[in-house]
Amino acid sequence: MSEPGDIAAHLSSPKQRDEVLELGMWTFLSTEILLFGGLVMTYMVYHHADPVSFAEAGRQTRIVIGTINTAVLLTSSFCVAAAIQAGQAGAVRPLKGLLVVAIVLGLIFLGLKGVEYAGEYSDHLVPGVDFAQSGPHAQGIRLFFIFYFLATGLHAIHLLCGIVVLIVFLRCARQVVRRPRYLAGLRTAGLYWHFIDVVWIFLYALIYLPGRSG
Amino acid sequence: MTSWRPSNGLFLCWAALMVLLALTVTLAYQPLGFFNFVVALAIATAKAGLVMIIFMELGNRPGLVRAFAGAGFFWLMILLWLGLMDFVTRA
Repeated sequence: MSEPGDIAAHLSSPKQRDEVLELGMWTFLSTEILLFGGLVMTYMVYHHADPVSFAEAGRQTRIVIGTINTAVLLTSSFCVAAAIQAGQAGAVRPLKGLLVVAIVLGLIFLGLKGVEYAGEYSDHLVPGVDFAQSGPHAQGIRLFFIFYFLATGLHAIHLLCGIVVLIVFLRCARQVVRRPRYLAGLRTAGLYWHFIDVVWIFLYALIYLPGRSG
Repeated sequence: MTSWRPSNGLFLCWAALMVLLALTVTLAYQPLGFFNFVVALAIATAKAGLVMIIFMELGNRPGLVRAFAGAGFFWLMILLWLGLMDFVTRA
């Protein structure tokens, strides 16, 4: 079944190894939920205090790029979930292909985010670097964009880590046919990737959608 | 090996996520007042639920895994509920 070295010495069975991996990742993700949760709570407080400014700021974000990026990330999640199914079926070529597509989609997301940041810089919307808004809502807009850069920057760092993890799994994809540990690891990596997607789903709703109907 | 393809469940989930994305963009442009914000968060929650149940496989995982996954969200709810209680109840 499993080769020597496929299970660490302190684990008794492949089943226990897989459970430890999955539960360990969910425990880590709990801390991530609270990290992003704290940011979302500050957003909620300021949104509640000044909804008009937040609507005004939301209108200044680039909804086309944001929406494309959401579709890109959702599709990459589909690819990772499908790659795991391919791994379970022992289909190495589809597994590799799907991981490549997921990695490329992740890179496209980061590229579009860079384009977006450049646009915000030229619009003087970067607090602390170049922020030139005037009028009664300037302070609220500044708070919104502080949240925007913190949250999307933190999210981008997570995505970058996810891309590196997927590249590692892509490089040793051939192991899927002889080492069950590979598949357990890939599923754990998949959980992380999907979590990044879930975070973005909420960031998209909080950042790009406010103020569109006004 | 060439006959392998992803399950229908994954395709359906992806399609549903795209439909919800189109829906949330469309509704964001409708003048619903405060409910624009509520609808956006409700659709985001539905999308996150689909990702967690289908892509993260929580739909067919043992209770122990679900408990670990649920714990994080339980604490998040405590954070948001107690954290926002003061702000939303103040006149």
